Amino acid sequence: MKQVILDRIRAALADRPGPVAVPREYRRDLGGTDIVELFAERAADYRATVTRVSTVDIAGAVAGALRDRGARRIVVPAGFPDAWLAGADVEPLRDDPPLSYAALDAADGVVSGCAVAIALTGTIILDAGPAQGRRALTLLPDYHLCVVRTDQIVGSVPEALSRLDPTRPQTWISGPSATSDIELNRVEGVHGPRTLDILIL
Amino acid sequence: MHWAVDAAQANAIVADIVKAHDAREVVKVKSMATQEIELNNALAEHGIDVWETDLAELIVQLGHDLPSHILVPAIHRNRSEIRDIFVREMGQVGRPAPDGIGDTPAELAEAARLHLREKFLRATVAVSGGNFAVADTGTVVVLESEGNGRMCLTLPKVLVTVLGIEKLVPTWADLEVFLQLLPRSSTAERMNPYTSLWTGVAPGDGPQEFHLILLDNGRTATLADPTGRQALRCIRCSAFTPQLRGINQHPVDEQTASLPFASSLCGACFEACPVRIDIPDVLVHLRAKVVEHKRGHLGAEGLALGLAARTFATPERLARAEKLAGWAGRLAGRRGRLRLRGPFWIKAWFGTRDLVAPPKESFRAWWRRTRS
Repeated sequence: MKQVILDRIRAALADRPGPVAVPREYRRDLGGTDIVELFAERAADYRATVTRVSTVDIAGAVAGALRDRGARRIVVPAGFPDAWLAGADVEPLRDDPPLSYAALDAADGVVSGCAVAIALTGTIILDAGPAQGRRALTLLPDYHLCVVRTDQIVGSVPEALSRLDPTRPQTWISGPSATSDIELNRVEGVHGPRTLDILIL
Repeated sequence: MHWAVDAAQANAIVADIVKAHDAREVVKVKSMATQEIELNNALAEHGIDVWETDLAELIVQLGHDLPSHILVPAIHRNRSEIRDIFVREMGQVGRPAPDGIGDTPAELAEAARLHLREKFLRATVAVSGGNFAVADTGTVVVLESEGNGRMCLTLPKVLVTVLGIEKLVPTWADLEVFLQLLPRSSTAERMNPYTSLWTGVAPGDGPQEFHLILLDNGRTATLADPTGRQALRCIRCSAFTPQLRGINQHPVDEQTASLPFASSLCGACFEACPVRIDIPDVLVHLRAKVVEHKRGHLGAEGLALGLAARTFATPERLARAEKLAGWAGRLAGRRGRLRLRGPFWIKAWFGTRDLVAPPKESFRAWWRRTRS
């Protein structure tokens, strides 16, 4: 069938010239914009709670966020620095051996880092790398606390794509899950984590 | 990798995969391609249950209904109807709606979350479409809002993705454009809540068996049509639909034959289209095809236009017709207007439209009388 379809495509395009060069003069970076500030503003606009913290305060900020959300049983992906969790009164669930879906579903929340974040769109991108773990970890728990380092923030979508490895599974997250399917009313939180807190480090 | 020239082949491939895993059900992400090939019906014939997981599609499925809009398929249902459907139907096929559930969107979304989570955690096989696929990296991309896509793409052991061949973009860099274009054009967001990208199987993460079905099903025929081929650029954003609002109350299936006529051809949809499909041009092209197809079966429209063609054929016939119209105008017109009230389609059209009464004398008759 492959050959049939490829032959049909070739025949259908017999009247067309070959591929053309694609102009790419569109905006790739945001020039003088403060991208950390812009990311904080845009992510907050998508109903994520965004807090900027310094390295010395990170453990306190993580502990405070988890306490405020009443999250005790916390999924902790491999590579999430122990120091960041040092102040938190939690029961860490490690994915080694892999946690069952039932265990993930019963967890109060998950803490993670990210691979890249995009300022213009308020997006965090997970690629299953260090401090992120496999995709299910950041999907099933109802609460997600994500730590974004300022050096992970880029301005635009093109910049993010050039930093990412296409062979890794990726999840781009722009605010908590949402639907407008009922009378076009926006409801925050359907299947993914319904609460997203972001700490910018 | 699988290749399917038509819907039957694609459906058979999916059914074989599901049966090979002894699965009796699949969870599914909303996809225009699987709707096009009527996958749900095909799998039902094999005794396989298909659970739609997009909230609107769930409403449509539980309501034994048809989708009415490509982006918001349940827009024809209001909140209390949705509540009634959930209360009546959810318990028949899985976890029932919570007792005493109200009709606020938040409560209804919560009911869907609980009902579907049971299915996500249990399913062995998921079926999805894809918004884009990247040729040079082998990556498939799904954009969504609710998280049901992530659930289907992550939790089941086996993932089957049905992808129209027009969804391919050549390079990873092309996503720079399309990942910005689609959310902005579709929901006017800077970015949709969730986008998933995956390239084959990631060991220990997500489905450990991935099937990609590349679907032709008429696409290469469209590609061969110099006017129609631009429609293959479509990214299913629905930016054009405000211009088509009037037809949204009817199921999409019933609209197909009449769709080319559901536009005033004013060009507003062309203005809105982010991939520059000249929609009016394509619609006129399709209208011509519909007329070609109908040739030989005279309807009221064909009869009227045939009569008009004969009338305009010679000056003498036109003059006779003008004279006739003048008499009719004098008889039936009131203050220069004709009010046609009648049975059938005449009533439907003229019930809200008056016709300017034909003048007593045509210009040509007046010219002859006064200048000769």
